[in-house]
Amino acid sequence: MSIILDHVCHTYESGTDLKSDALKDVSFKIEDGEFVGLIGHTGSGKSTLVQHLNGLLKPTSGNIYFDGADINDSDYDRKNLRRQVGLVFQYPEHQLFEADVFSDVSFGPKNMGFDKKEAELTAYSALEMVGIPHDLFYVSPFDLSGGQKRRVAIAGVLAMKPRVLVLDEPTAGLDPAGRDEILSLIKKLHDENKITVILVSHSMEDVANYVDRIIVMNDGSVYLDDTPRNVFSHYRELESIGLSAPAVTYILGALQNKGFNVDTNATTIDEALHTILHALKA
Amino acid sequence: MIRDITIGQYYSTDSLIHRLDPRVKLVGTLCYIISLFLINNWPGYIIATAFLFMVIALSRVPVKFMVRGLRAIVLLLIIAGVVNLFFTPGEELWAWKKLSITKEGITMASTMVLRLIFLIMGSSIMTLTTTPNNLTDGLEKGLSFLKIFKAPVHEMAMMMSIALRFIPILLEETDKIMKAQIARGADFESKNLIKKAKALVPLLVPLFVSAFRRANDLALAMEARCYRGGDGRTKMKPLIYKKADAAAYLVILLYMIACIYFGRIFKF
Ligand SMILES: Nc1ncnc2c1ncn2[C@@H]1O[C@H](COP(=O)(O)OP(=O)(O)OP(=O)(O)O)[C@@H](O)[C@H]1O
Ligand SMILES: [Mg+2]
Repeated sequence: MSIILDHVCHTYESGTDLKSDALKDVSFKIEDGEFVGLIGHTGSGKSTLVQHLNGLLKPTSGNIYFDGADINDSDYDRKNLRRQVGLVFQYPEHQLFEADVFSDVSFGPKNMGFDKKEAELTAYSALEMVGIPHDLFYVSPFDLSGGQKRRVAIAGVLAMKPRVLVLDEPTAGLDPAGRDEILSLIKKLHDENKITVILVSHSMEDVANYVDRIIVMNDGSVYLDDTPRNVFSHYRELESIGLSAPAVTYILGALQNKGFNVDTNATTIDEALHTILHALKA
Repeated sequence: MIRDITIGQYYSTDSLIHRLDPRVKLVGTLCYIISLFLINNWPGYIIATAFLFMVIALSRVPVKFMVRGLRAIVLLLIIAGVVNLFFTPGEELWAWKKLSITKEGITMASTMVLRLIFLIMGSSIMTLTTTPNNLTDGLEKGLSFLKIFKAPVHEMAMMMSIALRFIPILLEETDKIMKAQIARGADFESKNLIKKAKALVPLLVPLFVSAFRRANDLALAMEARCYRGGDGRTKMKPLIYKKADAAAYLVILLYMIACIYFGRIFKF
C-alpha cells in the first residue's frame, strides 16, 4: 500500500523548440498513512509531479507504482486509480459546474460507478466533513463565497472516498482564517479517516504545523526529503532556492545569538513558545 | 493535450520582414492572394513561387514552420486535387469505367493545389512575422479611413487583439478543467455520441464561467486605467512608414505588374 516513483522524468512539448524539463529524475516512496508536504518555488514542478500520481500525465521516462502495480501499464485500471488517489487541483472551485452543490459533489462518485443511493450518501457525508451547512446543499455553487466554493470542490473529491488525497495549493488565495480552516480540515481527515495526504504548497509556514515529512522540490528535482525539523535546519540552503523557513526559526536563531538558551529546531509556534518559556525560566 | 493547436503563431526573430510596417504586410498579403487568382499560365506560377521563396528567405523563418500550417489543410488539398483530376471534362489521357484523367484535369488539379498551398503559406508569413498586437495596430491604422463612415475601427481592432490574446489562455484553461474533471472520473473519450455530448457539460460550463470572469476582470482593469475608447488616444509606438516600407510597396507593385503582364496578358 504505497506510492513509489522510480526515476521519473517529464518533458513538456518534447521535440519542439518550446520543450522544458519539468521533472528530472524524481524518486521517492510514500507509505500508507503519511502526511507529506511537497514544497517548492513557483515553476519547480510540483503541479506536474502530482498529476503523475493519478495518471493524468505520463512520465517521459521512469515508472510509478501504486500498490506494487505500474500505473502506466496498458491494462492498468486508471479510473480505479483516480478513485483511490483523489487529486484536488489548484483553484478547484473553477471546476464547479452543476446547478446545485449537492449534484456537483455527487458527480465524482456517480462517474466512479457508485449507485445513486451510495453516491448521494458519500456526497452527503463529504459535505458534512468539509463543514458546509445543510441549507447550502441545494443552492447554486456559483452563489457561494470563495472559501465555501473551495470546500465544496474538495468535497467533490472526498466523495469518491479516496485512500490518498493530493491537494495542489489548497490555500492559495484564501485569507489566513480560511487557510487555517482548510488546513485543519485536511489534518482532521488524515487523523480520523487514516488517509494518506500529499499537500502541495510554497509556504513553509502552511505545512510546518501539519505534516510529518517534507519533500522540497527545486527546478524539477527533489532537493531535500526529510522531517520538517531537519528540513528547516537547512534554512540557508532553502533561501538560496527561493524558499524560507517558518518565521519562528528566524526568531529562535536571533534569540540564540543574543545568548538565550533556546532550541532552534522548533518548527511550530507551540514548540517555539515552549522552548522560549523554558529558556526564560532557566 | 490540447496545446498542440496553434493559431496565428508568431515566430520570434529579427529580419527585414519582421521589421516591416504591419500595414505593408497586410497589403502585401492581400496583393499576393489576389495575384494567385489572376495568374493563369506557367510563367505566372514561376513568378509567384519565386516571390514566395524570396520572402521566406528574407523572413528567416524556417520552412518547417511554414509547412506546419499546411498540415491543417492536407485533407482539403487531397480532395481538391482528386476531384479536379478525375472529374474535369476534356481531352482524355486515361480512363477506367466512369473515371477519367484529362489533360485539363491535370492542369486544373495542379493549379488548384498550388494555389491553396501558396495561399496558406503566403498568409502564414504574415502571422509568423507579425505579433498579434502589431497586426491589429496595422489593421486599425490601415482601416482608419472607414471612420468617416462612423465605423468603430478602434473598437474592432481592440476586440480582435483581445480575442487573439485569449485564445492561448482559454486553451490552457480547457486543458486544466478537462484534467480536473478526469480526476473526478469524467470520461471524454467515450465513443458513444450521446455520452460524449453529455461529457462536455462539465467542461463547457466552467469554461464559460471562467471566460466571463476573465472578461469582467479585464474590463475592470481597463476601466481602472481610464480606458475610454479610441478617441484622442495616442500610441506608445505609433506606426510610421520608413524607407524600407516604401521600398517594400515598390516591390509589391512590381510583382503585381509582372504577374498581370507575364501571368495573364503575355503570350508565349
Ligand atoms: N502544460 C505545460 N506545457 C508546457 N510547459 C509547462 C506546462 N505546465 C507546466 N510547464 C512548465 O513546467 C515547469 C513546472 O511547472 P509546474 O506547474 O509543475 O510548477 P509548480 O511547481 O506547480 O509551480 P506553481 O507553484 O507556480 O504552481 C514550469 O517551468 C512550467 O513552465
Ligand atoms: Mg502549481
